[in-house]
Amino acid sequence: MQVPAPFEYERATSVDHALALLERHGPEARVIAGGHSLLPMMKLRLARPEMLIDINDLSDLDYIKIDSGEIAVGAMTRHVSILDSALLAEHYSIFREAEKVIADPIVRNRGTIGGSFCQADPSEDLSAVGAALRATMVIRSSSGTRTVAARDFHDGPYQTLVGPAEMLVEIRFPIRPGSGSAYEKVERRAGDWAIAAAGTFVRLDGDTVADCGIGLTAVGVEHFACGAAEDFLRGKQATADNIAAAGQICHDAADPQADQRGPVDYKRHLARELVTRALTRSAARARGEKV
Amino acid sequence: MTVTEEAPLSPAGNPMGFGRMIRKEDARFLRGQGNYVDDVNLPGMLHGAILRSPYAHARIVSIDTSAAEAHPKVKAVITGKILETLKLAWMPTLSYDVQSVLCTDKVRFQGQEVAFVVAEDRYSARDALELIEVEYEPLPTVFDARHALDADAPIIRDDLDGRTDNKIYDWEAGDKAKCDEVFANAEVVVKQSMIYPRVHPAPLETCGSVASMDKVTGQLTVWTTTQAPHAHRTLYALVAGLPEHKIRIISPDIGGGFGNKVGIYPGYVCAVVGSILTGKPVKWMEDRSENLMSTSFARDYHMTGEIAATKDGKMLGLRVDVLADHGAFNGVAQPTKYPAGFFHLFTGSYDYPVAHCNVRAVYTNKAPGGVAYACSFRITEAAFLVERMVDCLAFELKMDPAELRMKNLLRPEQFPYTTPTGWEYDSGDYPRALKEAMRIAGYDELRREQAEKRAAGETMGIGISFFTEGVGAGPRKHMDILGLGMADGCELRIHPTGKAQLRISVQSQGQGHETTFAQIVSHELGIPPEDIEVIHGDTDNTPFGLGTYGSRSTPVSGAAAAVVARRIKDKAKIIAAAALECSVDDLEWEHGRWFVKGDHDKGQTIQESAFAAHGTLELPEGVEGHLDASVVYDPPNLTYPFGAYIAVVDVDMGTGHVKVRRFIAVDDCGPRINPMIVEGQVHGGLADGVGMALMEVMAFDENGNHLGGSFMDYLLPTSMECPSWELGETVTPSPHHPIGAKGVGESATVGSPAAIVNAVLDALQIRHAEMPLTPAVVWRAIQGNPLDRPDLAIE
Repeated sequence: MQVPAPFEYERATSVDHALALLERHGPEARVIAGGHSLLPMMKLRLARPEMLIDINDLSDLDYIKIDSGEIAVGAMTRHVSILDSALLAEHYSIFREAEKVIADPIVRNRGTIGGSFCQADPSEDLSAVGAALRATMVIRSSSGTRTVAARDFHDGPYQTLVGPAEMLVEIRFPIRPGSGSAYEKVERRAGDWAIAAAGTFVRLDGDTVADCGIGLTAVGVEHFACGAAEDFLRGKQATADNIAAAGQICHDAADPQADQRGPVDYKRHLARELVTRALTRSAARARGEKV
Repeated sequence: MTVTEEAPLSPAGNPMGFGRMIRKEDARFLRGQGNYVDDVNLPGMLHGAILRSPYAHARIVSIDTSAAEAHPKVKAVITGKILETLKLAWMPTLSYDVQSVLCTDKVRFQGQEVAFVVAEDRYSARDALELIEVEYEPLPTVFDARHALDADAPIIRDDLDGRTDNKIYDWEAGDKAKCDEVFANAEVVVKQSMIYPRVHPAPLETCGSVASMDKVTGQLTVWTTTQAPHAHRTLYALVAGLPEHKIRIISPDIGGGFGNKVGIYPGYVCAVVGSILTGKPVKWMEDRSENLMSTSFARDYHMTGEIAATKDGKMLGLRVDVLADHGAFNGVAQPTKYPAGFFHLFTGSYDYPVAHCNVRAVYTNKAPGGVAYACSFRITEAAFLVERMVDCLAFELKMDPAELRMKNLLRPEQFPYTTPTGWEYDSGDYPRALKEAMRIAGYDELRREQAEKRAAGETMGIGISFFTEGVGAGPRKHMDILGLGMADGCELRIHPTGKAQLRISVQSQGQGHETTFAQIVSHELGIPPEDIEVIHGDTDNTPFGLGTYGSRSTPVSGAAAAVVARRIKDKAKIIAAAALECSVDDLEWEHGRWFVKGDHDKGQTIQESAFAAHGTLELPEGVEGHLDASVVYDPPNLTYPFGAYIAVVDVDMGTGHVKVRRFIAVDDCGPRINPMIVEGQVHGGLADGVGMALMEVMAFDENGNHLGGSFMDYLLPTSMECPSWELGETVTPSPHHPIGAKGVGESATVGSPAAIVNAVLDALQIRHAEMPLTPAVVWRAIQGNPLDRPDLAIE
């Protein structure tokens, strides 16, 4: 049995209570939701928070709803709810495709969307989804609420803009009629972190790409997105050649680390291959094809 | 009753002999009522934790334990210096080497044991480890076996007198001169190097023990995760100098072993010392990282094979050169005579007139071990080698691999068959098994589908492997471990009411012995299996024997159970004759009952004989009462199960991702005592094969850092990677085993990796690529730029 270093524990009864606890205990306190990233790190003593603030009772942060023309997802929404959500599936295929390949059912039953973003693992799948869809992150503190673009939210590996006395409470996704989206991931084994993964959406005007989003994870692109490839594709025809060229831009933008999941050339290849596949399927879906 | 007849059902609906029945063990396992070592909690019990080396090779300059000793809940801090005063700083390995218990001079692998803390609870013990100050002086490392013998390689074992290099042994088998002559004149020679990477058995339950020394009686009781409780008892006596009659080893429920739980680990010894020093029971359970980083690994065999053949594919000879990485201490567990285990069974299932192998073993700065993970004493490596080599030959000759195998498989009339390296295979019908696998697979149809897919730009592969195992070690005159012969005892007591207790020496780690051994006795005596209690795992209550590994339980101990039951049957005959007032010669046996020939109604059931044996019935001169028997079974030979496996894979050429679409496994392990348990074991072994072929590897970086210290980094397959297994069987009984059974526990692990690797390479139309075939390795192979060392850190 792996045992963590000593820590204190308190269960928050409301968001305000959680924020008050964060203020009181300072930067050595950590919020715990599903715990499937934090607890393993604590057991390996790679993370040693002195105080855990358990927010699992904050069911008012567990929702998926339409709000002011956007899809609002509460930070305590579990992966399994995202996977099963008809509302999300109606607007974006990317959620179900990404969630299906995130860890395993046990993790998905506990892990939360807020936890995934805040853990800020450079291989996190939902970070690529948030970047692709240009989500907005809603952060609360005792002094009020502020919003940050998903593409500004991460401040490097395992780092976010959420301050020591703040909490991520909601993630908002724009609704884009006429768009299609998709997620592509390669892993060594079900439940492993991605070797590389790509999430995209394409909104078509006729056969012209009116808008698109390209998110990538585990390949070392800044903020999990490839804006250069999006800029290239926007306004062009959604042809195989143009999509492949966008994939190539992602290949060139990728700056991955070699590890047991693969060497650099392979991961950069995957950035190209997976973006190309995801864009192709997104465009087909935008055309109304069942793929 | 012959083995092929269906057994009648018992009152509880179980087969009175062989057949499918729910495992007796399941009642407690499914309710969460198993009793594992970590479930053992004794009054006043303390907890141990081990401080391990962060370096792969470093001299210890100093150890300061004062802060840890000052921790309010710490009861003792043990270092190598303290163990030296007890002459326990080093212990013998199972291969006549020594291994450090707690380091006294230098650490030789990352994760090596440096100090042991005993505290009131396991949290405090773990916290106190961080209070121990160790000053290390890092030394150059050797972690790549191929550089272990370089002139400038650091000497790892400078503790051994006169060591000037890292060589452990050179060992050969077969006739080199004859082999070389065949190769010199052969039309075709195909040579291929391959690595069977370092992998880990990774049992669900990690290793640990609870040691309790009673200072008044001098009795040492150790509850421990061992596959071989009796061997452990003798080893504790030899290692610690404790009197063997005062040592009791209890191996309760064991959560998987796979060879990981054969040897004695430093933590076990530390728990014993901790109990001696504190006067309290001490529990030590390693965590997952400790298990992966420091306990018995498997493989790490660097093999170069060469096959000589005619142009039309008749195999003429096989020679192999192996570099074996044994880690920092030679701690392999295998019969003494065979330093490379049974690797020299590498000619496998084929009719090779000549063969030769040389195995050179070296020390490296990695954890010790080597014989584990269902390897049948290195037959896993041997089977992989020969099955890869056969496919390499098929590749070069552009022959269908099934056709090439069929042409060279041993023929039924060649049995008993003596291999060029001296093994005598007991029985086999290999072509029948391969044909059956091809029939189930629809082999020709698969090849047609493959051709169509290739034409359409899709990629699928079909891979075959045919393996022969040698299990059930073994004959006493040839096989021992540390001088202990590999025979197994067995005792059977029939109580007055006809219920039975069978005491066996082997140790289940999930194999279902409590069920299958009861079925063996039921088969012999006609006592319902539910009326037979199988007792194991406690040295005070079971006869001596060497334990469960190398698929030896059924071949050795299962034979003992059949033989002891037959002794009971013979004695019951004398009792029945006395009771029926007839001559023993007038009696005839039917399942569960002796009766008078020609008068079927006049007879005595085994239960009635049992009561009579314990009663007042007058017995013939010299016949004692009661109905008990014991036996020690010395197997006359190994048994040789075999099988034909076919894997079908789809490869995504854009990502290198492999999907195992189908897997057909035809196993011949002789008669199946409980087909359900056999199938379960085969399923598990096939999953192991998927793991080894596609994802499992313990990799190291250039400093000897272990890159697989958790299940986030050391990958085991899940159900998502496994197809729905398609099993078949043929039955070729062993002629020398009392019930013809051959053992099957490791068959699928031995046979399956080659089938999957062969299938992937068949898909790619490439001759060779190294395991594990992760997407990156496959993609690089497709690019013609192979990652040739997936066992090292990927740059």
